[in-house]
Amino acid sequence: MTGDNRVQSGGRIDRAKPIGFTFDGKKFTGFAGDTLASALLANGVHLMGRSFKYHRPRGLLTMGSEEPNALVGVGSQESRFTPNLRATQVELYEGLTAVSQNNWPSLSLDFQAVNGLFSSFIPAGFYYKTFMHPKGAWESLYEPLIRRAAGLGRAPKARDADHYANLYAHCDVAIVGAGPAGLAAALAAARGGARVMLFDEQAELGGSLLAESAARIDGKPAADWLAATLAELAAAPHVTLLPRTQIFGYYAQNFLAGLERVSDHLASPDPKLPRERLWRVRAKRVVLAAGAHERPLVFPDNDRPGIMLADAARGFLARYGVTPGARAVIATAHDSAYRAALELAQAGVAIALIADLRPNAEGEWPEAARKAGLRVETGAAIVGTRGHLRVSHALVAKRWADGSAGRGEAIACDLIAMSGGWTPSVHLFSQSRGKLAFDETLQAFVPDVSAQAERSAGACRGAFALSEALADGAAAGAAAVSAAAPAPVSVEGAPAAHGGFLGLSPPHGDPQKSKAFVDFQNDVTARDVTLATREGMRSIEHIKRYTTTGMATDQGKTSNMNALAIASQALGKTIPQVGLTTFRLPYTPVTFASIAGMSRRELFDPVRQTPLHAWAAENGATFEEAGLWKRASYFKRPGEDVKAAVARECLGTRERAGMMDASTLGKIEVVGPDAAEFLNRLYINAFAKLGVGRCRYGLMLNEAGYVMDDGVIARLAQDRFHVTTTSVGAAHVITLMEDFAQTEWPDLKVWFTSTTEQWATIAINGPRARQMLEPLVEGIDISAAAMPHLSMREGHICGVPTRLARVSFTGELGFEVNVPADYGRAIWEAIWAEGRKVDCVVYGLDVLLILRAEKGFIVVGQETDGTVTPDDLGLGKMIAQSKPDFVGKRSLAMPDLAREGRKQLVGLLPDDSQFKLDEGAQVVDAIAPAIGTSALGHVTSSYFSPTLGRTFAMALVAGGRSRIGGTAYVTTMQGTALVRIVEPIFYDKEGKRLDA
Amino acid sequence: MKFSYLSLARQALGGHQGWPEQWRSPAPKSAYDAIIVGAGGHGLATAYYMAKEHGMRNIAVLEKGWLGGGNTGRNTTIIRSNYLWEPSEAIYGHAHKLWHGLSQELNYNVMFSPRGVMLIAHSHHDEQSFKRHIYANRLAGTQNEWLTPEQAKAFCPLLNIDPSMRYPIVGAALQRTGGTARHDAVAWGYARGASTLGVDIIENCEVKGIARDASGAVSGLETTRGPIATKRIGVVAAGNTSVVMAMAGVRMPLESFPLQALVSEPLKPIMPCVVMSNTIHAYMSQSDKGELVIGAGTDAYTSYSQTGGLHIATQTLEAICEMFPTVSRLRMLRNWGGIVDVTPDRSPIISKTPVPGLFVNCGWGTGGFKATPGSGHVFAHQVATGEPHPINAPFTLDRFRTGALINEAAAAAVAH
Repeated sequence: MTGDNRVQSGGRIDRAKPIGFTFDGKKFTGFAGDTLASALLANGVHLMGRSFKYHRPRGLLTMGSEEPNALVGVGSQESRFTPNLRATQVELYEGLTAVSQNNWPSLSLDFQAVNGLFSSFIPAGFYYKTFMHPKGAWESLYEPLIRRAAGLGRAPKARDADHYANLYAHCDVAIVGAGPAGLAAALAAARGGARVMLFDEQAELGGSLLAESAARIDGKPAADWLAATLAELAAAPHVTLLPRTQIFGYYAQNFLAGLERVSDHLASPDPKLPRERLWRVRAKRVVLAAGAHERPLVFPDNDRPGIMLADAARGFLARYGVTPGARAVIATAHDSAYRAALELAQAGVAIALIADLRPNAEGEWPEAARKAGLRVETGAAIVGTRGHLRVSHALVAKRWADGSAGRGEAIACDLIAMSGGWTPSVHLFSQSRGKLAFDETLQAFVPDVSAQAERSAGACRGAFALSEALADGAAAGAAAVSAAAPAPVSVEGAPAAHGGFLGLSPPHGDPQKSKAFVDFQNDVTARDVTLATREGMRSIEHIKRYTTTGMATDQGKTSNMNALAIASQALGKTIPQVGLTTFRLPYTPVTFASIAGMSRRELFDPVRQTPLHAWAAENGATFEEAGLWKRASYFKRPGEDVKAAVARECLGTRERAGMMDASTLGKIEVVGPDAAEFLNRLYINAFAKLGVGRCRYGLMLNEAGYVMDDGVIARLAQDRFHVTTTSVGAAHVITLMEDFAQTEWPDLKVWFTSTTEQWATIAINGPRARQMLEPLVEGIDISAAAMPHLSMREGHICGVPTRLARVSFTGELGFEVNVPADYGRAIWEAIWAEGRKVDCVVYGLDVLLILRAEKGFIVVGQETDGTVTPDDLGLGKMIAQSKPDFVGKRSLAMPDLAREGRKQLVGLLPDDSQFKLDEGAQVVDAIAPAIGTSALGHVTSSYFSPTLGRTFAMALVAGGRSRIGGTAYVTTMQGTALVRIVEPIFYDKEGKRLDA
Repeated sequence: MKFSYLSLARQALGGHQGWPEQWRSPAPKSAYDAIIVGAGGHGLATAYYMAKEHGMRNIAVLEKGWLGGGNTGRNTTIIRSNYLWEPSEAIYGHAHKLWHGLSQELNYNVMFSPRGVMLIAHSHHDEQSFKRHIYANRLAGTQNEWLTPEQAKAFCPLLNIDPSMRYPIVGAALQRTGGTARHDAVAWGYARGASTLGVDIIENCEVKGIARDASGAVSGLETTRGPIATKRIGVVAAGNTSVVMAMAGVRMPLESFPLQALVSEPLKPIMPCVVMSNTIHAYMSQSDKGELVIGAGTDAYTSYSQTGGLHIATQTLEAICEMFPTVSRLRMLRNWGGIVDVTPDRSPIISKTPVPGLFVNCGWGTGGFKATPGSGHVFAHQVATGEPHPINAPFTLDRFRTGALINEAAAAAVAH
């Protein structure tokens, strides 16, 4: 089929380029320039969808992004399938595959349409009143049924094959909408020399001018003026034209977000092209020229396929050369539908009748219609329709003065083109936090007070006539570049259109007995809205939520004003008294992936790798997550399992020597005459008298008195400290330092520099550590006498400057070599070569955790959880009591932090020496604790120790230190395990190895 | 009128002309025995239980906008009770018990749907933390279990457990009895129940001042609809609690942040449960209407703006696309924000205050919806009797002076 309903000429399609496509498996042909909607209409297909609740057959209501009915799934491959697309926005390409949705077994025969028969039993909110008994039936019976029935399209089952791009842009003037007002604004602003960005959701720029056949602008046919205007704008180097780009969000400080459809309309796009592009634009000035939406009339059965908005019917003819019917009834309360009637008649559509709700219709358009011989009835209402999958009759009746209407006369037709008038599109203005006002003359909300550097122009602020829109747009564009408004261009052949009607069309008989749709997609009828008000829903927000009007995928673009009018009448209030619901972003739906952009897999978050990462990877490391870092857990050798690798690395380090990459440790250079005083105030320990060349373990609390971070701090000079932090806490600690320095102690002269990534840090631990380093170090005496535990020296290693520390987190003799990051691998390999001579191992984080736990050293975030004080950890003695203050000191004096019976760190030895307790398991008093038993505490760390040949754990236990020597139980997935409570140190209690 | 199939059928035959209003819209009286400030879920539940269980009928709920219009109507409706500390387990567990049977209690289908809430672990640290919760919960009789990645995928087939993820999934904690409910219905059901018991719910009535007598005790409220005398005030004003309490000179340990949520277009069912990832800030379920309901993290700065930044929604959708790769072509239909009131220990305050007659229920942060029935139930006891219910006794305002914090954030959030 090539299009029975296509006129021979006219429109913006290319009849020389036929395009094949399928809908529900059936093959059709359209033309280049068609949308799926126009091509289906051309082929005589009106039935395109089913409604949400009653599964009513539905056709096109509109021609644009506000379409509520014609939703389809598009895509022949599962990895490119997209549900819920509006057929009016899907551009045709060769091979396009579309399917209808929300029906079974087929679009024309949908069993769930049975819902419509029971509609009087399922009014708005019925589900709040039912499905409550028997208890439990909701989740087991009713909800699964409802969930299956609900929903529109189906989600794709495969991973998305496309990619998406993000762009950031700045401009002087951003113009939203490229209709007459937007184009005039763009011309004025561009001629003023401004950087202009012009956005429009449609494939072609021009808005209503694309369907303008009669008007002349500046003495030229409108199409010629449009072409000339676009040519001028396209030639201007500082103007960016963005068709297919919907600005969907208007944020603070003139920040706009837009979605550009880049390749969905192409049959075989370049795979390098993204599918969509997300624009984030900051504009000095914004001109909103978003146009207006035509409103449906709310009469019974106003939803059958073949009933559409009048300007959409006209538009399908003017834009695509499609006649949407052979015999039309025009139902209107606005002059613009007369224009539609005239143009449809000229194309050969029989106009059975123009039924105008208004008592009089005397504008230029109605006069022209009469002059053309079209039958016009004023004071006439549609009181019903007939037809099933396509409208067959309109029931037209006299409108009475009391607001009702007479019995309808059936008039045969296959198209009802309706117009309740026009609603300015104020969504983006409202998103920008601008204040709306209700215009009594227009019966519409229009922009009143702007909240940002923004101006609305054209139909979106009620300037509907072409001449008004062009002048208003030009004035807005000029104002945006502080220029005088240009002289208005002449416009002929586009008389102003007036009129409009809000709310329920005058009914015949009881309106409670008919279905007059307000929100088409969600099947909300006028009687649902009045029911909501009867049930005490007085706020429009309650009415919306109770009936779901305005909550469909079109977000109420065609329904909100009618719903509001019906509600205000039912409540006996004026429309502004009832008020609008909040306009929320996005203006039209936005693909998740477009917002997410490239952030997937390894690009989801930056991966931080140490300078030694590659070496570790080459040498069999298994990595784990630590914040953004990848850290080596252990280094499995061929044939080894995890346990064997860990045991080998543990024993090797304890018996000989081990090397570890410690580069992830946070490092902060703290410098300044008051550096010592600053650290003195930040940490619980004393730093004022720490000697140059010495290190001290530092414990940091938050203001609530709980342990927050720890690390070793070295004094390199009177005014210079090398501070280390936990790997994950580094960013937080330096932020905190800045915070305190800037807000609490601005008098202190001290500066902070993050040096984490400047240094590669290599830890060498074990009895042979010194032996490995001695041949390589220059200018530093690393003998036990010259360089005791907890000291730092500057010198060279293999000719590279180093900060060499003598510290240990394993309990063995330990050194930490810091070298500039770029030399990290070379130095590591040099030390490793020495290490091989003494049978050194390389060990990972898993091993470090065991070795430190054997010594009872804590890990912040494991032994602590933000509720643990220094004394709880047995580190109370570290607090420099002589200091007048430090962060957290005041809180440590609070009653709860000083009370008896707090949880204290202890060691646990399972009775079964080979049973490893789960970290996080609860410590209890009883072998079979009753439900509701309070735990004594929990296991913080638990390991198998290759050195001890048994398992051990650390735990925080209430009154723990007084329980040492006793027993307790620990919960496991199978039951409880008996444990002995011991001191939290399991190896080399005297610390002799450390000082070797 | 009792809601039932029978009443629905009867009304259907009469064209639904006979439904009464679900709650009255009275003018404020000059005095009440007690006044609740804030007609969200917690405030309405409080009034309902004060009337039902404490026999107080001469009481009112004041609301500056429309009832249920704050965080009650903006949240992602996740209900679970697997918190770490015993006081938390008690209050959320109390609420969880009340959720079962709430539809019958209120004769209003709140659509409580215990379809399971799964928390995703992305690191060894997450695993330690979740297991600690599970062990603590088991001891308290709260349902919570550990799943392997494969078990997690079996429970939620949409979930990506591919090791190529930036933060691979190492397991999950599942509370099978957790789920969701219909947020508006909760507010409306409590409003209808309270109104039927005689409670005056007064919308569009903003509190402008708190009056106190010579002894310092509260004596009434100044409102945009005139002064109202009362000797007991319960403030349940979520993000605006600090503002209201300042009227009585009480400074609250609260910070208010915008919190965003969004929904997709409606789809046929794909998501059988609720999935949460605290690590990468993504929370998703599917409503009965078919929309994917997605929660984000809070903005980084305090604010009263109900529009969050695009960068926050971006982070969330990145995380959603990473965890559920097949949803990436679906589309965001609506995005909104609410103001959440956050305490230093991330646990609520349900307490008397230094001002006699003034009580406060606030600080629920990002997760208050789940507690609605329990919170209202114990706060009703607090306001009606002046003394705390044993369950809310630990949630004092005073704990920030004594240090007896209930730190739910600390145990979960500090990574290493």
